[in-house]
Amino acid sequence: MLAVLTLTACGQSDGGQPALRTQLSGETTVFAAASLTKVFTDLGRQFELQHPGTTVTFSFGASSGLAQQVLAGAPADVFAAASRKNMDHVVASRSITDARSFASNVGQIAVTPSAAKKVTSLADLAMPGVKVALCQPEVPCGVLAQEVLRKAAVRTTPVTLGLDVKSTLANVVSGEVDTAIVYVTDVLAAGNKVVGVPIPAAVNASTPYLIGTISASDNPLLARAFADYVLAPAGQDKLRKSGFSPP
Amino acid sequence: MSRSLTWRPGLRSVLAVPATVGLLFLLLPLVGLLARAPWSGLPDLLADPAVRQALQLSFTTATLATLLSLVVGIPLAWVLARVRFPGRRLVRALVTLPLVLPPVVGGVGLLYAFGRRGLLGGPLESIGITLPFTTAGVVLAEAFVAMPFLIVTVEGALAGADQRFEQAAATLGASGWTTFRRITLPLIGPSIAAGTVLCFARALGEFGATITFAGNFPGTTQTMPLSVYLALETNPEAALALALVLLAVSLLILVALRERWLRPAPT
Repeated sequence: MLAVLTLTACGQSDGGQPALRTQLSGETTVFAAASLTKVFTDLGRQFELQHPGTTVTFSFGASSGLAQQVLAGAPADVFAAASRKNMDHVVASRSITDARSFASNVGQIAVTPSAAKKVTSLADLAMPGVKVALCQPEVPCGVLAQEVLRKAAVRTTPVTLGLDVKSTLANVVSGEVDTAIVYVTDVLAAGNKVVGVPIPAAVNASTPYLIGTISASDNPLLARAFADYVLAPAGQDKLRKSGFSPP
Repeated sequence: MSRSLTWRPGLRSVLAVPATVGLLFLLLPLVGLLARAPWSGLPDLLADPAVRQALQLSFTTATLATLLSLVVGIPLAWVLARVRFPGRRLVRALVTLPLVLPPVVGGVGLLYAFGRRGLLGGPLESIGITLPFTTAGVVLAEAFVAMPFLIVTVEGALAGADQRFEQAAATLGASGWTTFRRITLPLIGPSIAAGTVLCFARALGEFGATITFAGNFPGTTQTMPLSVYLALETNPEAALALALVLLAVSLLILVALRERWLRPAPT
């Protein structure tokens, strides 16, 4: 936290020089939903390469928690949230005035390889002896899971409710649970550590992703440039390749 | 010796400044919590069944974790203090390791030991015992983090206790077990009480190892610290109120037990 503060302070002095107005420089801190961890880390690196002298740092976590941190004045310049609700809180407080949708994400069943034969459909989540993890209902992936289960009329009792989508997936990767409902992008990012079972489109649900720059940012130019980059073809292409759907 | 030092004029005022800073540093966050607390909403919150459930679970698991710590911790403290064996220093250091280990890492370690794919996971599962994501898992996670507080306290007391009482009992024909029960335990009674309180308080506040090893599910593994953390992200006011409840309860226990059992022995 201290390091981030210090770096943000440096960014301020850099960006404050009028001669550098058109030249992007300094540091920008992006608070982003846990499900964006891999794709945003890659995008950040690409952005830094295209704009030498800039640094993009990330804080990934549950969107609801990040929204609270932004509202409490955490040193963020950009906020990328899963679910409209989390962005709405921040927009309502006028901390962000330029929120835009940039992607959406659908649900998928992640199964630990050793249970791949046992869990092949949503209905299997209700089977006795199958250990299920879901995201807690307070976070977007939890809302999505509830919606999917409701639409499919599957009743399941999870053994644990993950704080965010990554910790829910981690329970599957470690093999402590058999299966979890996460985002299709998380299954892709996990590679061969988990097996993905698609959810039929008729019962699937999706979470919108929104990005906005923090009004109080020390380096609004750079913040806006990064948000634009996510919406530009290069960013969108990367998002598509990671499994995200168009907004 | 230290007592005579405090009478030196000058020293008191020199130490008073950092002491005051220390006290303020420890108290200000508490004052902050109290200042921002939604006092009016407190009764409603306490009536909330979900809160009651989390509180009850916290007390049950912290009590069980403390009992577990007493049953195996006191013997371990005794062995460390009284039995000479090669590598005793190393073992002593290892026992206190959970004190410095980040609790989340402790939780991961517990998974690698008792989890489904852990060292003992297979054998445990074959006899029908699953620990992760169960209330028993919460107890283990809490005991792992809290037990060293008890061991360190009791071991310190054992090392400092006058062994001549035990020797006298032995020469009068008392068996080893009788001596331990009738002489050693009463001798270190106040320290056991102090260690128990510390252990219980630590178990009550445990978060990291619990969420990693036992997960988060209302009624089975969602203890008060977990509900506070979860509420913090969605409803900070409720989180503050929950934290206050935890705070009040811990304070009550500490004050009550201090008055009753932890008075310094008269010299």
